[in-house]
Amino acid sequence: MPELHGLGVSPGRTAGPVHAMGAPPVLPAEVPAPGPDETERAAKALQFVATSLDELAARVTGPAAEVLATQAMMAADMTLAEAVTAKVAYGRPAAWAITDAIADQQQQFASLGGYFAERAADLADLRDRAVAWLLDVPMPGLPRPGVPYVLVADDLSPADTALLDDSVLAIVTRRGGPTSHTAILARARGLPAVVGCAGILDVPDGTPVSVDGVTGAVAEVSPAQAEEIAAAGQEERERNASLTGPGQTADGVAVPLLQNVGGAKDLTPDGAGVGLFRTEFLFLGRTSAPPVAEQETAYRELFEVAGDRKVVLRTLDAGADKPLPFLGLAAEDNPALGVRGLRTSRVDPSVLAEQLEAVARAATATSADVWVMAPMVATAEEAAEFAALVYKAGLRTAGVMIEVPAAALKARQILAEVDFVSLGTNDLSQYTMAADRMNGELADLLDPWQPAVLELVALVASAGQELSKPVGVCGESAGDPLLACVYAGMGITTLSMSAPSVAAVRASLASRTSAECRRLAELALAAPTAESARKAVAEA
Amino acid sequence: MPTRDVVVGSRIGLHGRPAATVVKTAQAQSVTVRIGTGEKPPVDARSIIAVLSLGAHGGDTVTISADGDGADAALAAMAEVLEKDLDA
Repeated sequence: MPELHGLGVSPGRTAGPVHAMGAPPVLPAEVPAPGPDETERAAKALQFVATSLDELAARVTGPAAEVLATQAMMAADMTLAEAVTAKVAYGRPAAWAITDAIADQQQQFASLGGYFAERAADLADLRDRAVAWLLDVPMPGLPRPGVPYVLVADDLSPADTALLDDSVLAIVTRRGGPTSHTAILARARGLPAVVGCAGILDVPDGTPVSVDGVTGAVAEVSPAQAEEIAAAGQEERERNASLTGPGQTADGVAVPLLQNVGGAKDLTPDGAGVGLFRTEFLFLGRTSAPPVAEQETAYRELFEVAGDRKVVLRTLDAGADKPLPFLGLAAEDNPALGVRGLRTSRVDPSVLAEQLEAVARAATATSADVWVMAPMVATAEEAAEFAALVYKAGLRTAGVMIEVPAAALKARQILAEVDFVSLGTNDLSQYTMAADRMNGELADLLDPWQPAVLELVALVASAGQELSKPVGVCGESAGDPLLACVYAGMGITTLSMSAPSVAAVRASLASRTSAECRRLAELALAAPTAESARKAVAEA
Repeated sequence: MPTRDVVVGSRIGLHGRPAATVVKTAQAQSVTVRIGTGEKPPVDARSIIAVLSLGAHGGDTVTISADGDGADAALAAMAEVLEKDLDA
């Protein structure tokens, strides 16, 4: 096979035989004449699916078990059985009747939007299982080769990822971007992953390949090499995990490593605190804003776990893509460019005022060093208005996210109004490259190594140095061990990432001096393409 | 027929764990319990797909109804799980 390239989204290097996810069954183009017992056959197929999902649920624990048990309930559901019977009565054979009935139901879920719409994927999965049983073809889903392997798929669904076991060495998908479900899961599990890898589905099962989760390279190796690479990767992970202490370069320049969390349970003792506390969880699925007292309790919970460490709290980041009924936002054609983040205060300033009040109360009651920042800020005026609200609430440290190119270009003016800024590189890439984060086909444009994005990060970092104010990065890119060194070399002062990324970033920083990091930043900024930037830094 | 209005206590609404718990509770009753929202006609609460199709959010009011012997006890049991924050 030729060497393949995708986007490295979860660091680490390993190797092993590839095994592809079972493809969903395809109904024959010609619909056969229905037999006399199609209703019974359909019922048996659904019964088989319900039983096998229940068996899978019994083998796992936690949220994965619940997802599977609920899916089993769907397979055994009376409403579905009635709809299938109606389709059979209409003259459809079992596999077609189930496919039709589920398509109707999926449409109904889709029209509800949000979480309910996501259940359409659960229905698709149980349909595929039932149809595979009826057509007597292999079951779709995770391969179970019985040896450690590199999982290959078009893309992974949450149900697939819930079932990943220890035999998966790495993940390579044809679709997906840096913020896809696959990427987030792989990072959370510490598995090397490459997404957006064209050609990977053509590699025959069993071919040994090496996977580099930083450079995105996937290459065929001999079985002996594969063993060597996998062992070296394992050793490196163990070595990284054994390193502790604050993030710093080899010559002792501190680069505090913080964590991105959605609540107290995500924060581990490793690291200097929280660089991004997402507060949306309190607001989603509510018909009215959560009361101040309830918010205070939730914030306090995290501040208490943080002890006297730093916590950077991001105020509510909602918009038409994550609608909250009590904000009264109108539907929009381009929600990513609409009334989002701080802009929702234009519609209803009370939600932000109450949130800041709750944060201030929780901060007073605990010893955490609480910083507050607003998402989706585009101008220095917005930054100044937000900072005034933060100080008025009695909080000491106000900042903003730099996610919009306009804000990056005017970082100096913005920093003059606030105490710090934090770069959200996921959105900064999306807005700089005019490429939708949710569109897997555009993964190459969303690469945080894109020259234009790197240049904006460097611009913000130098504005921070000029004004002696902290500039952090809290996008997923901060968890890339190479990019972390590049950022440090640009003058970024803190890096915030999901907890499993901390060890590799700490080790990477510790292996280079601050002068070497500056040299890496120069190499990255001089490169004409994302790929050459990554390559130049990896080989330096 | 005994009916009761209940506010959905689960923040995330009737999907995931809350929906599964509500359906299992309905399946354990001796009578059929139906559940509806303002806009949607009542459905059999023993069907997870039907309950999901209501699209009920946290804070929404749902109406539950049941008939026959044990209807009141069934409604009480259902109201109890519906009002709780089952995702907490």
